[in-house]
Amino acid sequence: MRLLLFGLHALIVCIVLFSCENFEPSAPPDDSLLDGPVEGLSEAENIRFINGDVAFNDEVFIPETGLGPLFVANSCGSCHPGDGKGHPFTTLTRFGQHDDTGNQYEHLGGPQLQNRAIPGYQPESIPAGVKYSKLTPPANTGLGYIDAVSDQDILSWADPDDIDGDGISGVPNWVEMKDYLFARPGTVEVNGKYIGRFGKKGAAYDLLQQTAQAYNQDIGVTSTFEPFDTYTGLEADPEISDQTVQDVVFYLKTLKAPIPRSTQNEEIMAGKLIFNDIGCASCHRPEMKTGPSSIAVLSDKTFYPYTDLLLHDMGPGLDDGYTEGSAKTYEWKTPALWGLGLSKFSQGGGYFLLHDGRARSIEEAILLHGGEGEASRENFQSLSESDKSKLVKFLENL
Amino acid sequence: MKFFTFLFLLGAILGFNKADAQIDTTLLKRTPKDTSSLQLNMDAVYSRPFLTIGKLPVALGGYVEANWQHLGTDGVTEGHQFQMRRLTLFVASTIYKRIKFLSEIEFEGGTKEINIEFASVDIEFHPLLNLRGGIVMNPIGAFNQNHDGPKWEFVDRPVSATQLLPATWSNVGFGIYGKLYKNNWVYAYEAYLTNGFDDQIISNTENKTFLPASKANEDRFEESFNGVPLITAKTAVRHRLIGELGISYMGGVYNKFQEDGLVFDKKRRLHVFALDFNSTIPITKTWLNTEWAFINVDVPDTYSQQFGRNQIGGFLDIVQPVLRTNILGFERSVVNAAVRLEYVDWNREKFNETGGDIGDDFFAVVPGISWRPTVQTVLRLNYRYNWQRDIFSNPASKTAGFQFGFASYF
Repeated sequence: MRLLLFGLHALIVCIVLFSCENFEPSAPPDDSLLDGPVEGLSEAENIRFINGDVAFNDEVFIPETGLGPLFVANSCGSCHPGDGKGHPFTTLTRFGQHDDTGNQYEHLGGPQLQNRAIPGYQPESIPAGVKYSKLTPPANTGLGYIDAVSDQDILSWADPDDIDGDGISGVPNWVEMKDYLFARPGTVEVNGKYIGRFGKKGAAYDLLQQTAQAYNQDIGVTSTFEPFDTYTGLEADPEISDQTVQDVVFYLKTLKAPIPRSTQNEEIMAGKLIFNDIGCASCHRPEMKTGPSSIAVLSDKTFYPYTDLLLHDMGPGLDDGYTEGSAKTYEWKTPALWGLGLSKFSQGGGYFLLHDGRARSIEEAILLHGGEGEASRENFQSLSESDKSKLVKFLENL
Repeated sequence: MKFFTFLFLLGAILGFNKADAQIDTTLLKRTPKDTSSLQLNMDAVYSRPFLTIGKLPVALGGYVEANWQHLGTDGVTEGHQFQMRRLTLFVASTIYKRIKFLSEIEFEGGTKEINIEFASVDIEFHPLLNLRGGIVMNPIGAFNQNHDGPKWEFVDRPVSATQLLPATWSNVGFGIYGKLYKNNWVYAYEAYLTNGFDDQIISNTENKTFLPASKANEDRFEESFNGVPLITAKTAVRHRLIGELGISYMGGVYNKFQEDGLVFDKKRRLHVFALDFNSTIPITKTWLNTEWAFINVDVPDTYSQQFGRNQIGGFLDIVQPVLRTNILGFERSVVNAAVRLEYVDWNREKFNETGGDIGDDFFAVVPGISWRPTVQTVLRLNYRYNWQRDIFSNPASKTAGFQFGFASYF
């Protein structure tokens, strides 16, 4: 009897040992996650991806490793949880520029407000009377694809004088290139300025600029790329290695594009038709192609970001009086809509949409469109409740 | 150094004797367990099995914990892991009548961490007034003082005890304690002044207010971070039939507010309150053990809300003996069914920006089976399932899996 008992226990142990994973939580469906690499990376690229993943999602800065003294967040992951859109807790505030002559308040902490400080220091405040914009951290999805779109394609979508008469113009944001950046092959230069494509105003030329500035302006970490301390204004020793910054850039470039959850649902398919019919696709271009990329799997790929990477007049309601590069204060770069439906899983269960998170639902975000988006907004308002619902379902499926 | 040499020599003597195998076994004696009085959690440091060697005025002991585990988080697993959690050595000595010494040296994760967890001299002036000095374990909650692996039916220590409270948390200092027995009751108190926390509790890579971060400050064994003593006090009462209830407080200044006469900041305090209770239901022999902690930390307004001002957490263990019989020749072995429920909320604030609750919380359910071939040795199989949410309360990451291990005094 005892031998039998012993054997039974041994059997249980064997079952546990060889089937443990059946008792563990399964991975969420791939289409419910924003993180994860694009398919087809080489083994060496997988290593770089993991290195960047760790630096981006796991590294928390403390004063001893470079945090602050002034900062907004203490890690990349604080602003982009799960590589998704950020929460108002880490909303960035920028101030001090109202036209293309540059920021007039850099001596008073501009362009970015560092609203937090390590103990013993006082955070910045916005000078009285100066206009500012609040900017919700965006999702990181598919950035490598966007980075690999050719300037020629972006320019081909621009229609600054609205020659086609559809009420949509669209212009690139022409920005100065940081001296630590290298121009993409075939990049277009006009009067010493280049097309920006990252950031709410499209003011960052590439992901190296976006990353180095985020370390510096958001976390207070100096690098050889952005060596000036945001508190003293003085050049400081680098607090992060070039390798780590480049690994993070590689990680951001190789994050997969969001995967639509359902492609055959009739309501969603109908919603897609409505999206085109009411003019949303004029700015939120569904399809793009990449040009050549240093990362082989990103070259010559078709992808579906739902943006045109151009600035559009969004009307007085979204004009905060602040801008970057050559953009006007009322102009915003068309945000990519891919991954929109997953935003609430990184924003705490609800939506914080538009550039500053003021819209708490997709419907509200549509209704806040003005300027070049006004016609589409009016078309949306005239839809039946059923069609509105189909459109929202389509957007949530992206 | 001399202490370690002494310890090594004792170990060598013991090892030699064991290897000899012709030893007169009467030389090695187990110190009989004190069953003359009601034991409290505060007695745990001395209420351990010790070996005495002949007439040597020193008693030795220790325990070892090792385990296997296979845990997965949201479909990602690190596979089979074998872990030597800790090896702990005790040395106790009665120096003179009512003067005694005890030390506890712990090796965790192999030799990754080597800590003197306890090394103090106790002088009894009166049962109600004892002086203790040296490295003491701050009596916050119950687990911190009563943490020996072989006493527990679970492979992991409670998360609230190690990730909210900083068990095992010890410091250099002095204090007094005493007990009063009356009929079926025993009353006890402890109060200590020790070195304490530092600003790592709000400046750490855990990205939360994290009291255990101060354990990394080994300087606390030779100097206070800010010159302000940490106060720890506990009172406990036990009834022979009802059980034991403990109430404890730990508080002090955690930041370096000045140096060389220059002021950096105001004094920032932390307060920890803990309640603990344990009891055995007489009819079923079900053992209940629970501990809850409430923490308040003065975090600067201008710092990040990532670091919470208020925290809460605790656990409840329910252990039911289901079989007492001879198993494989172990005459008085016991099989227990057990379950642990755990909850920790590291941040009980609301976001300034939205007014919404800050998440950063944790729930766990850990059912298990344990087999105690003897009182001093436990083999345990646990199945852990826990949920952890980030500060935004996004969908929880789920971790689960099996753990199997043993812990034994020696």
